[in-house]
Amino acid sequence: MAKVPVQFTLNGSEKAEFVESGTTLLHALRDKIGDTSPKGGCHQGTCGACSVIIDGELRLSCLTLAETCGGADIRTTAGLAEGGVLHPLQRAFLDAFATQCGFCTPGMIMAAKVLLDRTPNPSREDVVEALSGNICRCTGYEPIIQAVLAAARANSQNAA
Amino acid sequence: MAIRRGRGVAAINYPTGMNLGGDPTQALVHSTPTGNFMVTLSSVDLGQGMKQIMAQICAETIGVPTDRVVIDTADTDTGPHCMGTFASRGTHRAGNAVIQAAKEARQVMLEVAAEELEVNASDLETDGQGNIQVKGAPQKSISIFDVALSAHFKRGRSISGRGMFLIPRSYPEKETGAMKPSTCYAHACTVAEVEVDDETGEVTVLTVKNVFEIGRALNPKMVEQQLVGGSWMGISHALYETTEPYYPSRDHGGTDFNQYLMPGPGDLAETEIIVLERPSADGPFGAKGPGEMCANPQIPAVANAVFDAVGVRIDTLPITPERILRALKTQAAG
Ligand code: FES
Ligand code: FES
Repeated sequence: MAKVPVQFTLNGSEKAEFVESGTTLLHALRDKIGDTSPKGGCHQGTCGACSVIIDGELRLSCLTLAETCGGADIRTTAGLAEGGVLHPLQRAFLDAFATQCGFCTPGMIMAAKVLLDRTPNPSREDVVEALSGNICRCTGYEPIIQAVLAAARANSQNAA
Repeated sequence: MAIRRGRGVAAINYPTGMNLGGDPTQALVHSTPTGNFMVTLSSVDLGQGMKQIMAQICAETIGVPTDRVVIDTADTDTGPHCMGTFASRGTHRAGNAVIQAAKEARQVMLEVAAEELEVNASDLETDGQGNIQVKGAPQKSISIFDVALSAHFKRGRSISGRGMFLIPRSYPEKETGAMKPSTCYAHACTVAEVEVDDETGEVTVLTVKNVFEIGRALNPKMVEQQLVGGSWMGISHALYETTEPYYPSRDHGGTDFNQYLMPGPGDLAETEIIVLERPSADGPFGAKGPGEMCANPQIPAVANAVFDAVGVRIDTLPITPERILRALKTQAAG
Protein backbone atom coordinates (compact mmCIF):
# COMPACT_ATOMS: atom_id res chain seq x y z
CA MET A 1 0.00 0.00 0.00
CA ALA A 2 1.26 3.45 -0.84
CA LYS A 3 2.60 5.45 2.05
CA VAL A 4 1.21 8.88 2.78
CA PRO A 5 3.24 11.88 3.86
CA VAL A 6 2.28 13.61 7.11
CA GLN A 7 3.74 16.74 8.67
CA PHE A 8 3.04 18.14 12.12
CA THR A 9 4.81 19.81 15.00
CA LEU A 10 5.68 17.65 17.99
CA ASN A 11 6.50 19.58 21.13
CA GLY A 12 7.39 22.58 19.03
CA SER A 13 9.63 20.94 16.45
CA GLU A 14 8.59 20.03 12.91
CA LYS A 15 8.23 16.39 11.97
CA ALA A 16 7.68 14.83 8.57
CA GLU A 17 7.04 11.12 8.13
CA PHE A 18 5.76 8.69 5.54
CA VAL A 19 3.23 6.37 7.16
CA GLU A 20 1.11 3.48 5.95
CA SER A 21 -2.44 4.58 5.49
CA GLY A 22 -4.28 3.60 8.68
CA THR A 23 -1.27 3.99 10.96
CA THR A 24 -2.28 5.30 14.37
CA LEU A 25 -0.66 8.41 15.77
CA LEU A 26 0.49 6.28 18.73
CA HIS A 27 2.40 3.98 16.39
CA ALA A 28 3.83 6.90 14.40
CA LEU A 29 5.02 8.69 17.54
CA ARG A 30 6.53 5.66 19.26
CA ASP A 31 7.89 3.55 16.45
CA LYS A 32 8.65 6.06 13.69
CA ILE A 33 9.53 9.29 15.48
CA GLY A 34 10.82 7.72 18.67
CA ASP A 35 8.77 9.58 21.28
CA THR A 36 7.87 6.70 23.58
CA SER A 37 6.23 8.83 26.26
CA PRO A 38 2.69 7.93 25.09
CA LYS A 39 2.11 4.31 26.12
CA GLY A 40 0.01 1.65 24.40
CA GLY A 41 -2.09 0.02 27.12
CA CYS A 42 -5.13 -1.24 25.24
CA HIS A 43 -5.04 0.16 21.69
CA GLN A 44 -8.80 0.54 21.79
CA GLY A 45 -9.49 3.73 23.68
CA THR A 46 -10.21 2.36 27.15
CA CYS A 47 -7.10 3.02 29.27
CA GLY A 48 -5.88 6.56 28.53
CA ALA A 49 -2.19 5.63 28.62
CA CYS A 50 -1.70 6.91 25.05
CA SER A 51 -3.20 10.37 25.72
CA VAL A 52 -1.60 13.32 23.92
CA ILE A 53 -2.66 16.91 23.34
CA ILE A 54 -3.60 17.83 19.77
CA ASP A 55 -4.31 21.52 19.13
CA GLY A 56 -5.09 21.97 22.80
CA GLU A 57 -7.50 19.03 23.06
CA LEU A 58 -6.89 15.80 24.96
CA ARG A 59 -6.82 12.95 22.44
CA LEU A 60 -6.25 9.21 22.51
CA SER A 61 -3.40 8.66 20.09
CA CYS A 62 -4.35 4.98 19.66
CA LEU A 63 -7.65 6.05 18.10
CA THR A 64 -6.22 8.91 16.02
CA LEU A 65 -4.94 8.20 12.53
CA ALA A 66 -1.56 9.77 11.89
CA GLU A 67 -2.62 10.95 8.45
CA THR A 68 -5.36 13.12 9.98
CA CYS A 69 -2.76 15.08 11.95
CA GLY A 70 -1.34 17.15 9.07
CA GLY A 71 -0.45 20.62 10.34
CA ALA A 72 -1.44 19.76 13.91
CA ASP A 73 0.29 20.98 17.07
CA ILE A 74 0.95 17.81 19.06
CA ARG A 75 2.18 17.82 22.65
CA THR A 76 3.37 14.85 24.68
CA THR A 77 4.75 14.39 28.17
CA ALA A 78 8.27 14.10 26.69
CA GLY A 79 8.08 17.78 25.74
CA LEU A 80 6.99 19.16 29.09
CA ALA A 81 10.33 19.75 30.80
CA GLU A 82 12.11 22.92 29.77
CA GLY A 83 15.89 23.06 29.75
CA GLY A 84 16.11 20.17 32.19
CA VAL A 85 13.61 21.75 34.59
CA LEU A 86 10.58 19.58 35.18
CA HIS A 87 7.10 20.90 34.50
CA PRO A 88 5.14 21.66 37.71
CA LEU A 89 2.94 18.62 37.05
CA GLN A 90 5.95 16.33 36.73
CA ARG A 91 7.43 17.83 39.90
CA ALA A 92 4.14 17.34 41.73
CA PHE A 93 3.84 13.70 40.61
CA LEU A 94 7.33 13.03 41.98
CA ASP A 95 6.72 14.86 45.25
CA ALA A 96 3.37 13.13 45.86
CA PHE A 97 4.75 9.66 45.02
CA ALA A 98 2.02 9.52 42.38
CA THR A 99 3.84 7.13 40.11
CA GLN A 100 4.85 3.53 40.70
CA CYS A 101 5.38 1.44 37.56
CA GLY A 102 4.88 4.68 35.62
CA PHE A 103 2.93 3.20 32.73
CA CYS A 104 -0.15 5.37 33.28
CA THR A 105 1.85 8.46 34.22
CA PRO A 106 2.32 10.19 30.84
CA GLY A 107 -1.40 9.81 30.08
CA MET A 108 -2.38 11.06 33.52
CA ILE A 109 -0.11 14.07 33.13
CA MET A 110 -1.55 14.93 29.71
CA ALA A 111 -5.10 14.71 31.07
CA ALA A 112 -4.12 16.85 34.05
CA LYS A 113 -2.39 19.41 31.83
CA VAL A 114 -5.49 19.97 29.73
CA LEU A 115 -7.52 20.36 32.92
CA LEU A 116 -5.14 22.90 34.48
CA ASP A 117 -4.78 24.85 31.21
CA ARG A 118 -8.53 25.42 31.31
CA THR A 119 -9.28 25.31 35.01
CA PRO A 120 -6.28 26.62 36.92
CA ASN A 121 -7.95 26.13 40.32
CA PRO A 122 -9.85 22.87 40.00
CA SER A 123 -11.90 21.26 42.73
CA ARG A 124 -11.26 17.66 43.71
CA GLU A 125 -14.34 16.70 41.67
CA ASP A 126 -12.88 18.47 38.62
CA VAL A 127 -9.67 16.46 38.98
CA VAL A 128 -11.52 13.16 39.42
CA GLU A 129 -13.61 13.93 36.34
CA ALA A 130 -10.54 14.85 34.28
CA LEU A 131 -8.70 11.65 35.22
CA SER A 132 -11.63 9.28 34.90
CA GLY A 133 -10.66 8.13 31.42
CA ASN A 134 -7.26 6.98 32.64
CA ILE A 135 -6.63 3.64 34.32
CA CYS A 136 -3.94 3.08 36.95
CA ARG A 137 -3.13 -0.37 38.31
CA CYS A 138 -0.71 0.69 41.02
CA THR A 139 -1.42 3.85 42.96
CA GLY A 140 -5.06 3.66 44.00
CA TYR A 141 -5.50 7.11 42.33
CA GLU A 142 -5.45 9.16 45.53
CA PRO A 143 -1.76 10.15 45.19
CA ILE A 144 -2.43 11.20 41.59
CA ILE A 145 -5.41 13.33 42.59
CA GLN A 146 -3.26 14.93 45.30
CA ALA A 147 -0.43 15.58 42.81
CA VAL A 148 -2.73 17.40 40.39
CA LEU A 149 -4.20 19.52 43.18
CA ALA A 150 -0.67 20.33 44.40
CA ALA A 151 0.44 21.34 40.90
CA ALA A 152 -2.56 23.66 40.65
CA ARG A 153 -1.63 25.26 43.99
CA ALA A 154 2.01 25.64 42.89
CA ASN A 155 0.89 27.27 39.62
CA SER A 156 -1.38 29.77 41.34
CA GLN A 157 1.36 30.69 43.83
CA ASN A 158 3.78 31.34 40.95
CA ALA A 159 1.18 33.42 39.17
CA ALA A 160 0.44 35.49 42.30
CA MET B 1 -36.03 -2.78 50.10
CA ALA B 2 -33.36 -0.59 51.61
CA ILE B 3 -29.74 0.50 51.75
CA ARG B 4 -28.18 -1.45 54.60
CA ARG B 5 -24.95 -0.68 56.37
CA GLY B 6 -22.43 -3.19 57.64
CA ARG B 7 -18.99 -3.33 59.15
CA GLY B 8 -16.47 -6.15 58.76
CA VAL B 9 -13.09 -6.95 60.25
CA ALA B 10 -10.35 -9.26 59.01
CA ALA B 11 -6.75 -10.01 59.92
CA ILE B 12 -4.07 -11.81 57.94
CA ASN B 13 -0.57 -13.26 58.22
CA TYR B 14 1.40 -13.11 55.01
CA PRO B 15 4.66 -14.96 54.30
CA THR B 16 7.61 -13.11 52.81
CA GLY B 17 8.80 -15.22 49.88
CA MET B 18 8.04 -18.86 49.30
CA ASN B 19 9.92 -22.09 49.46
CA LEU B 20 9.61 -24.76 46.81
CA GLY B 21 13.08 -26.09 46.08
CA GLY B 22 14.95 -23.57 48.23
CA ASP B 23 14.76 -19.84 47.67
CA PRO B 24 18.09 -18.17 46.72
CA THR B 25 19.11 -14.72 45.50
CA GLN B 26 22.62 -13.64 44.62
CA ALA B 27 24.18 -10.17 44.40
CA LEU B 28 27.53 -8.82 43.28
CA VAL B 29 28.97 -5.45 44.28
CA HIS B 30 32.01 -3.71 42.86
CA SER B 31 33.43 -0.22 42.89
CA THR B 32 34.17 1.82 39.80
CA PRO B 33 37.62 3.45 39.50
CA THR B 34 36.12 6.65 40.98
CA GLY B 35 34.56 5.02 44.03
CA ASN B 36 30.96 4.60 42.99
CA PHE B 37 29.45 1.23 43.74
CA MET B 38 27.69 -0.99 41.23
CA VAL B 39 25.26 -3.62 42.48
CA THR B 40 24.55 -6.29 39.91
CA LEU B 41 21.31 -8.21 40.36
CA SER B 42 18.88 -10.26 38.33
CA SER B 43 16.03 -9.19 40.59
CA VAL B 44 13.68 -7.00 38.58
CA ASP B 45 12.22 -3.64 39.58
CA LEU B 46 8.69 -3.68 38.21
CA GLY B 47 7.68 -0.39 39.76
CA GLN B 48 7.75 -1.29 43.42
CA GLY B 49 11.02 0.54 44.03
CA MET B 50 13.50 -2.33 44.30
CA LYS B 51 16.34 -0.25 42.83
CA GLN B 52 15.88 2.51 45.38
CA ILE B 53 15.75 0.08 48.30
CA MET B 54 18.79 -1.91 47.13
CA ALA B 55 20.75 1.34 46.71
CA GLN B 56 19.83 2.37 50.27
CA ILE B 57 20.81 -1.06 51.65
CA CYS B 58 24.16 -1.10 49.80
CA ALA B 59 24.96 2.50 50.75
CA GLU B 60 24.12 1.93 54.41
CA THR B 61 26.30 -1.19 54.54
CA ILE B 62 29.34 0.25 52.77
CA GLY B 63 28.97 3.64 54.47
CA VAL B 64 28.52 5.93 51.45
CA PRO B 65 25.70 8.28 50.36
CA THR B 66 22.88 6.52 48.46
CA ASP B 67 23.59 8.47 45.28
CA ARG B 68 27.02 6.83 45.07
CA VAL B 69 25.34 3.47 44.36
CA VAL B 70 24.12 2.33 40.94
CA ILE B 71 21.81 -0.68 40.68
CA ASP B 72 22.14 -2.76 37.53
CA THR B 73 19.33 -5.21 36.90
CA ALA B 74 19.85 -5.18 33.17
CA ASP B 75 20.12 -8.80 32.21
CA THR B 76 18.79 -11.95 33.85
CA ASP B 77 20.87 -14.06 31.44
CA THR B 78 24.21 -12.70 32.57
CA GLY B 79 23.52 -11.34 36.06
CA PRO B 80 23.89 -13.28 39.30
CA HIS B 81 20.95 -15.60 39.81
CA CYS B 82 17.71 -14.54 41.49
CA MET B 83 14.55 -16.62 41.85
CA GLY B 84 12.58 -13.55 40.83
CA THR B 85 10.47 -10.65 41.95
CA PHE B 86 7.38 -12.36 43.33
CA ALA B 87 5.91 -13.51 46.64
CA SER B 88 6.92 -10.16 48.18
CA ARG B 89 10.46 -11.52 48.45
CA GLY B 90 12.54 -8.86 46.67
CA THR B 91 13.53 -6.62 49.56
CA HIS B 92 14.05 -9.53 51.95
CA ARG B 93 16.02 -11.96 49.77
CA ALA B 94 17.92 -9.54 47.51
CA GLY B 95 18.45 -7.12 50.39
CA ASN B 96 20.18 -9.81 52.46
CA ALA B 97 22.34 -10.79 49.50
CA VAL B 98 23.30 -7.15 48.91
CA ILE B 99 24.28 -6.72 52.58
CA GLN B 100 26.60 -9.71 52.39
CA ALA B 101 28.19 -8.53 49.13
CA ALA B 102 28.52 -4.95 50.37
CA LYS B 103 30.18 -6.09 53.62
CA GLU B 104 32.85 -7.94 51.67
CA ALA B 105 33.42 -4.93 49.39
CA ARG B 106 33.60 -2.63 52.41
CA GLN B 107 36.27 -4.83 53.96
CA VAL B 108 38.48 -4.60 50.86
CA MET B 109 37.87 -0.85 50.70
CA LEU B 110 38.99 -0.45 54.32
CA GLU B 111 42.08 -2.61 53.69
CA VAL B 112 43.16 -0.41 50.77
CA ALA B 113 42.48 2.72 52.81
CA ALA B 114 44.53 1.24 55.66
CA GLU B 115 47.51 0.76 53.37
CA GLU B 116 47.22 4.33 52.12
CA LEU B 117 46.91 5.78 55.64
CA GLU B 118 49.42 3.31 57.14
CA VAL B 119 47.08 2.20 59.91
CA ASN B 120 45.13 -0.96 60.74
CA ALA B 121 41.93 -1.54 58.76
CA SER B 122 40.14 -2.30 62.02
CA ASP B 123 40.87 1.25 63.22
CA LEU B 124 39.01 2.82 60.32
CA GLU B 125 35.43 3.97 59.92
CA THR B 126 33.37 5.61 57.19
CA ASP B 127 31.82 9.04 57.69
CA GLY B 128 28.83 8.37 55.44
CA GLN B 129 29.81 11.33 53.25
CA GLY B 130 32.32 9.53 51.03
CA ASN B 131 35.38 9.50 53.32
CA ILE B 132 37.22 6.96 55.47
CA GLN B 133 38.81 8.15 58.67
CA VAL B 134 40.69 6.88 61.69
CA LYS B 135 38.34 6.25 64.62
CA GLY B 136 38.83 9.04 67.12
CA ALA B 137 41.10 11.02 64.76
CA PRO B 138 38.90 12.18 61.90
CA GLN B 139 41.55 14.59 60.65
CA LYS B 140 43.44 11.51 59.41
CA SER B 141 41.21 10.57 56.51
CA ILE B 142 41.08 9.68 52.82
CA SER B 143 38.25 10.01 50.33
CA ILE B 144 36.68 6.86 48.91
CA PHE B 145 37.36 8.37 45.49
CA ASP B 146 41.11 8.24 46.24
CA VAL B 147 40.85 4.77 47.77
CA ALA B 148 39.21 3.45 44.60
CA LEU B 149 41.84 5.09 42.40
CA SER B 150 44.59 3.57 44.51
CA ALA B 151 42.97 0.13 44.44
CA HIS B 152 42.63 0.23 40.68
CA PHE B 153 45.84 1.85 39.51
CA LYS B 154 48.34 1.30 42.30
CA ARG B 155 47.51 -1.72 44.39
CA GLY B 156 45.72 -3.97 41.92
CA ARG B 157 42.80 -4.73 44.27
CA SER B 158 39.21 -5.22 43.26
CA ILE B 159 36.93 -3.51 45.76
CA SER B 160 34.14 -6.00 45.36
CA GLY B 161 32.00 -8.49 47.17
CA ARG B 162 29.78 -11.52 46.65
CA GLY B 163 26.47 -12.04 48.35
CA MET B 164 24.19 -15.03 48.49
CA PHE B 165 21.05 -15.43 50.54
CA LEU B 166 19.28 -18.76 50.67
CA ILE B 167 16.24 -19.96 52.52
CA PRO B 168 16.92 -23.70 52.35
CA ARG B 169 14.29 -26.10 51.10
CA SER B 170 11.83 -27.17 53.75
CA TYR B 171 10.46 -30.71 53.70
CA PRO B 172 7.14 -31.60 55.30
CA GLU B 173 7.30 -33.89 58.32
CA LYS B 174 5.99 -37.32 57.34
CA GLU B 175 3.64 -37.70 60.31
CA THR B 176 2.07 -34.28 60.55
CA GLY B 177 2.73 -32.60 57.21
CA ALA B 178 4.09 -29.63 59.13
CA MET B 179 6.76 -27.62 57.35
CA LYS B 180 8.39 -24.23 57.48
CA PRO B 181 7.71 -22.62 54.14
CA SER B 182 8.70 -19.16 55.27
CA THR B 183 10.83 -17.56 57.96
CA CYS B 184 9.20 -14.16 58.03
CA TYR B 185 5.58 -13.01 58.15
CA ALA B 186 3.95 -9.64 57.73
CA HIS B 187 0.56 -8.96 59.31
CA ALA B 188 -2.40 -6.75 58.62
CA CYS B 189 -5.86 -5.96 59.88
CA THR B 190 -8.63 -4.10 58.08
CA VAL B 191 -11.98 -2.72 59.15
CA ALA B 192 -14.31 -1.99 56.23
CA GLU B 193 -17.65 -0.20 56.27
CA VAL B 194 -20.04 -0.82 53.41
CA GLU B 195 -23.50 0.01 52.18
CA VAL B 196 -25.41 -2.73 50.41
CA ASP B 197 -28.49 -2.02 48.33
CA ASP B 198 -30.59 -5.12 48.94
CA GLU B 199 -32.69 -4.41 45.84
CA THR B 200 -29.83 -4.13 43.33
CA GLY B 201 -27.10 -6.01 45.21
CA GLU B 202 -24.70 -3.13 44.76
CA VAL B 203 -21.99 -2.61 47.37
CA THR B 204 -20.40 0.76 48.14
CA VAL B 205 -17.30 0.73 50.33
CA LEU B 206 -17.50 3.81 52.56
CA THR B 207 -14.32 3.50 54.60
CA VAL B 208 -11.34 1.16 54.91
CA LYS B 209 -9.10 1.40 57.92
CA ASN B 210 -5.91 -0.66 57.61
CA VAL B 211 -3.12 -1.47 60.05
CA PHE B 212 -0.05 -3.08 58.51
CA GLU B 213 2.81 -4.66 60.45
CA ILE B 214 5.66 -4.81 57.96
CA GLY B 215 8.91 -5.08 59.88
CA ARG B 216 11.15 -2.06 59.43
CA ALA B 217 9.96 0.41 56.77
CA LEU B 218 13.21 0.97 54.87
CA ASN B 219 11.68 3.80 52.85
CA PRO B 220 8.55 5.05 54.64
CA LYS B 221 7.16 7.08 51.73
CA MET B 222 7.48 4.17 49.33
CA VAL B 223 5.91 1.84 51.88
CA GLU B 224 2.97 4.22 52.24
CA GLN B 225 2.61 4.40 48.47
CA GLN B 226 2.51 0.61 48.23
CA LEU B 227 -0.04 0.30 51.04
CA VAL B 228 -2.39 2.98 49.67
CA GLY B 229 -2.35 1.40 46.21
CA GLY B 230 -2.69 -2.06 47.71
CA SER B 231 -5.68 -1.14 49.82
CA TRP B 232 -7.45 0.11 46.70
CA MET B 233 -6.51 -3.05 44.85
CA GLY B 234 -7.88 -5.22 47.65
CA ILE B 235 -11.28 -3.57 47.30
CA SER B 236 -11.06 -4.00 43.57
CA HIS B 237 -10.45 -7.74 44.04
CA ALA B 238 -13.24 -8.00 46.59
CA LEU B 239 -15.93 -6.40 44.46
CA TYR B 240 -14.93 -6.12 40.82
CA GLU B 241 -12.09 -8.02 39.26
CA THR B 242 -12.17 -11.47 37.73
CA THR B 243 -11.25 -13.04 34.42
CA GLU B 244 -13.72 -15.92 34.98
CA PRO B 245 -16.97 -14.67 36.55
CA TYR B 246 -18.46 -18.19 36.24
CA TYR B 247 -15.33 -20.11 37.07
CA PRO B 248 -14.36 -22.76 35.98
CA SER B 249 -16.31 -21.82 32.86
CA ARG B 250 -14.69 -18.92 31.01
CA ASP B 251 -18.04 -17.57 29.83
CA HIS B 252 -18.56 -13.83 30.15
CA GLY B 253 -14.94 -13.26 31.18
CA GLY B 254 -13.86 -9.70 30.50
CA THR B 255 -11.53 -9.37 27.53
CA ASP B 256 -10.84 -5.65 27.71
CA PHE B 257 -11.17 -2.67 30.03
CA ASN B 258 -14.80 -2.16 28.99
CA GLN B 259 -15.66 -5.47 30.65
CA TYR B 260 -12.86 -6.01 33.14
CA LEU B 261 -13.83 -3.43 35.68
CA MET B 262 -11.87 -1.72 38.43
CA PRO B 263 -12.86 1.19 40.65
CA GLY B 264 -11.77 4.49 39.13
CA PRO B 265 -10.76 7.76 40.76
CA GLY B 266 -14.44 8.54 41.42
CA ASP B 267 -15.07 5.34 43.40
CA LEU B 268 -12.48 5.67 46.15
CA ALA B 269 -13.36 4.69 49.69
CA GLU B 270 -12.11 6.90 52.49
CA THR B 271 -8.85 5.12 53.29
CA GLU B 272 -6.70 5.11 56.39
CA ILE B 273 -3.26 3.50 56.67
CA ILE B 274 -1.37 2.85 59.88
CA VAL B 275 2.09 1.27 59.81
CA LEU B 276 3.48 -0.74 62.72
CA GLU B 277 7.18 -1.48 62.60
CA ARG B 278 8.37 -4.59 64.38
CA PRO B 279 11.74 -5.46 62.83
CA SER B 280 12.02 -9.03 61.58
CA ALA B 281 14.81 -11.27 62.85
CA ASP B 282 16.22 -12.28 59.47
CA GLY B 283 15.29 -9.36 57.20
CA PRO B 284 17.70 -6.71 55.90
CA PHE B 285 17.69 -4.02 58.61
CA GLY B 286 14.54 -5.73 59.92
CA ALA B 287 12.45 -5.46 56.74
CA LYS B 288 9.65 -7.82 55.77
CA GLY B 289 7.77 -8.02 52.47
CA PRO B 290 4.86 -5.54 52.42
CA GLY B 291 4.35 -6.03 48.66
CA GLU B 292 1.31 -8.23 48.16
CA MET B 293 -0.09 -8.65 51.62
CA CYS B 294 -1.36 -5.09 51.62
CA ALA B 295 -4.07 -6.05 49.08
CA ASN B 296 -5.37 -9.03 51.07
CA PRO B 297 -7.19 -8.09 54.29
CA GLN B 298 -9.71 -5.82 52.54
CA ILE B 299 -11.21 -8.83 50.79
CA PRO B 300 -12.45 -10.82 53.84
CA ALA B 301 -13.21 -7.53 55.61
CA VAL B 302 -15.58 -6.52 52.81
CA ALA B 303 -17.12 -10.01 52.74
CA ASN B 304 -17.72 -9.78 56.48
CA ALA B 305 -19.16 -6.29 56.13
CA VAL B 306 -21.60 -7.54 53.48
CA PHE B 307 -22.66 -10.32 55.86
CA ASP B 308 -23.12 -7.77 58.62
CA ALA B 309 -25.24 -5.62 56.31
CA VAL B 310 -27.57 -8.15 54.70
CA GLY B 311 -26.89 -11.47 56.43
CA VAL B 312 -25.57 -13.46 53.47
CA ARG B 313 -22.17 -15.11 53.23
CA ILE B 314 -20.56 -14.65 49.83
CA ASP B 315 -17.58 -17.01 49.62
CA THR B 316 -16.77 -16.61 45.95
CA LEU B 317 -14.97 -13.56 44.61
CA PRO B 318 -15.66 -10.98 43.43
CA ILE B 319 -18.73 -10.12 45.49
CA THR B 320 -20.90 -9.04 42.57
CA PRO B 321 -24.47 -7.73 42.73
CA GLU B 322 -25.57 -10.97 41.05
CA ARG B 323 -24.04 -13.12 43.78
CA ILE B 324 -25.59 -11.01 46.51
CA LEU B 325 -29.04 -11.07 44.94
CA ARG B 326 -28.91 -14.85 44.41
CA ALA B 327 -27.87 -15.32 48.02
CA LEU B 328 -30.64 -13.01 49.25
CA LYS B 329 -33.15 -14.99 47.21
CA THR B 330 -31.97 -18.27 48.70
CA GLN B 331 -32.09 -16.71 52.15
CA ALA B 332 -35.68 -15.49 51.58
CA ALA B 333 -36.73 -18.95 50.35
CA GLY B 334 -35.34 -20.08 53.71
S1 FES C 1 -3.80 2.75 24.39
FE1 FES C 1 -5.10 4.36 23.82
S2 FES C 1 -6.62 4.32 25.35
FE2 FES C 1 -5.42 2.59 25.82
S1 FES D 1 1.67 3.82 38.26
FE1 FES D 1 1.46 1.83 37.44
S2 FES D 1 -0.33 2.04 36.24
FE2 FES D 1 -0.26 3.91 37.30
